[in-house]
Amino acid sequence: MKRHLLSGADLDREDALLVLDTAAELASLTDRAVKKLPTLRGRTVVNLFFEDSTRTRISFEAAAKRLSADVINFSAKGSSVSKGESLKDTALTLEAMGADAVVIRHHASGAPHRLAHSGWIQGSVVNAGDGTHEHSTQALLDAFTMRRHLAGGTGDLEGRRIVIVGDVLHSRVARSNVLLLSTLGAEVTLVAPPTLLPVGVESWPCSTAYDLDGPLKNADAVMMLRVQRERMNAAFFPSAREYSRRYGLDARRMALLPDHAIVMHPGPMNRGMEIAAEVADSDRSVIVEQVSNGVSVRMAVLYLLLGGAQLGLGDDAPTTDAGAEA
Amino acid sequence: MTETFIVRSARVLGGEPRDLVLRDGVIADVVQAGSARADGATEIDAAGLVALPGLVDLHTHLREPGREDAETVETGSRAAAAGGFTAVFAMANTDPVADTAGTVEQVLRLGQEAGYVDVQPIGAVTVGLGGQQLAELGAMATSAAQVRVFSDDGKCVHDAVIMRRALEYVKAFDGVIAQHAQEPRLTEDAQMNEGALSGILGLRGWPAVAEEAIIARDVLLAEHVGSRLHVCHVSTAGSVELIRWAKSRGIDVTAEVTPHHLLLTEDLVSSYDPVFKVNPPLRSARDVQALREALADGTIDIVATDHAPHPVEDKDCEWGAAAMGMVGLETALGVVAEAMVSTGLLDWAGVADRMSHAPARIGRLEGHGRPLEAGEPANLVLVDPEAQHTVVPAELNSRSRNTPYAGRTLPVRVMATFLRGRPTVLDGALVEAVTA
Repeated sequence: MKRHLLSGADLDREDALLVLDTAAELASLTDRAVKKLPTLRGRTVVNLFFEDSTRTRISFEAAAKRLSADVINFSAKGSSVSKGESLKDTALTLEAMGADAVVIRHHASGAPHRLAHSGWIQGSVVNAGDGTHEHSTQALLDAFTMRRHLAGGTGDLEGRRIVIVGDVLHSRVARSNVLLLSTLGAEVTLVAPPTLLPVGVESWPCSTAYDLDGPLKNADAVMMLRVQRERMNAAFFPSAREYSRRYGLDARRMALLPDHAIVMHPGPMNRGMEIAAEVADSDRSVIVEQVSNGVSVRMAVLYLLLGGAQLGLGDDAPTTDAGAEA
Repeated sequence: MTETFIVRSARVLGGEPRDLVLRDGVIADVVQAGSARADGATEIDAAGLVALPGLVDLHTHLREPGREDAETVETGSRAAAAGGFTAVFAMANTDPVADTAGTVEQVLRLGQEAGYVDVQPIGAVTVGLGGQQLAELGAMATSAAQVRVFSDDGKCVHDAVIMRRALEYVKAFDGVIAQHAQEPRLTEDAQMNEGALSGILGLRGWPAVAEEAIIARDVLLAEHVGSRLHVCHVSTAGSVELIRWAKSRGIDVTAEVTPHHLLLTEDLVSSYDPVFKVNPPLRSARDVQALREALADGTIDIVATDHAPHPVEDKDCEWGAAAMGMVGLETALGVVAEAMVSTGLLDWAGVADRMSHAPARIGRLEGHGRPLEAGEPANLVLVDPEAQHTVVPAELNSRSRNTPYAGRTLPVRVMATFLRGRPTVLDGALVEAVTA
């Protein structure tokens, strides 16, 4: 593992499988009465959130706490940041407090990269979503969820057909997923109106389509991306209604999917826009499971980056400094 | 009465060695090497050095008045002299904007007081760079600053009617509109060149078409009204094609390219280090090659630095929050030597044309960009073509440190610069007490 997790491209196949396998091991913990491990006792994890994202923050918070790390939540709103403090000064403050890992969500693409490589802090940096760039732990939890349903919970995703639909242009989830899923051998198809596909997407390790019905017919998983209604004001599409008609996943389209296929969404959903309520609530939907898998995957990432003690899931007493292989 | 200098055995434009006698602000004599005699003259050993006419930068941001934390006319002038320049054109996007006779005269006076280079103010095209109402172009033209170049640089004169009128109006005093070609709607919040890399990095794209569409419109406007147009910092292969086409039609258009667009590519943005954030953005290797060829064949007339100083805090931050721009005065000649001379695309006479003669001619600046001949103003620079230097930001004379070349070794070194016979740089170091 690298010292930071900034991009889906930071994980080669071996590292990605290590995270997923570790997450699988940790997931068994959720079934226990006592959900806590002593692995990161005495380590400090800072959740540095420059954007509101309660879902992602509490997921990381739960992950760190289940590993017994001390968690500091730093929200930019109402803090010195809103009074003009720079990312640099915020970082120096966290460094002075002894952060071992900084989980950062930022509205500017590349902010986690900057934090990791500027020399401002020593600890590991985990990208929890930066601008329209990447959201690497989301991709990991998506891969984890797909592996459970499509690959028996082990190994990679070789040959699995994944269809990702929606606002690829502005989606950090899509970027990270394309990188990670292709590393794991999956065949990814991005479906969107041409206005919402980035220039140069033909160089990405995936295929693209403008029509949704075709790719659905042999998909193993379909992932619906959130689409902001306001995008129509910038002429990305004419109206929410037209978008929904051409690219929304409704019951008719869901019926095109093979029987084993699953429906995913990174949340938060716009019900009635990119996904119909009856689809979101259907048996094929694994959207709620994605959330719980997110905690396991984030535990695995923090554990591996911080090189904590042995997981100690078995009967052996926890020992020190034997964890983080590779 | 100023000091007399004999510059011994300098290779004028890279040719055979000659002695140059500098006296009373002019080149008194150019004679066979070793033959110049003058009582009491100071000898400068220029053996192996190339003598060029003092460089002229048509596009410099000196930031004063308003952003003296980034640069002042004095610090920028010192940086210019160190880079081998004897004249710079000061862009109008100061605070207040240089859109009145009073402001351009202030900048002119500050330049004279600093004394390192001739600072020739550029006037804004529109009031406050607002793009709505023409500034008093005639008042600036007839002021003490004698403004001939007008530009809203930093912003594009995007309104076609305003652009047309500006092009027409400045004909009365032989002015030129220097356009920052950037279609504003296509570049809202743009962060880097639009292409495969911007998609991967998740940074909003600045498409080549936003530059090219404005250039296409403006050359047609210039043709229609019979005016002179100058295109600032051309950055794309497509722009080169448009300008080549316009020139082939006889349209009176000139164009500049920055040193950084001749050397650096967008790949550097992958670091998310804002020192590489600039407007127009760094482009692809294909664009860089097209720009080099265009500069070599004269489609692009000149190199202009777009020297854009910014204080540390405006670059020591995340990409999206950072200011756009790079300092360039002190590295311009080295970069051009690497991109154009080392590659065989230009010889030293070509460098003299692109960095001195042509910019002075476009800006209608008298006394600069002249041949190194007897009777001409003694504005010249002596360059060691064999030397190299490694760029260390802390050693720059500019007040700002935002160079994209930190740690990079560039060819050539400026050993001496003379402004009307007075040295501003000697032995490779800035002369501290210059007197106007």
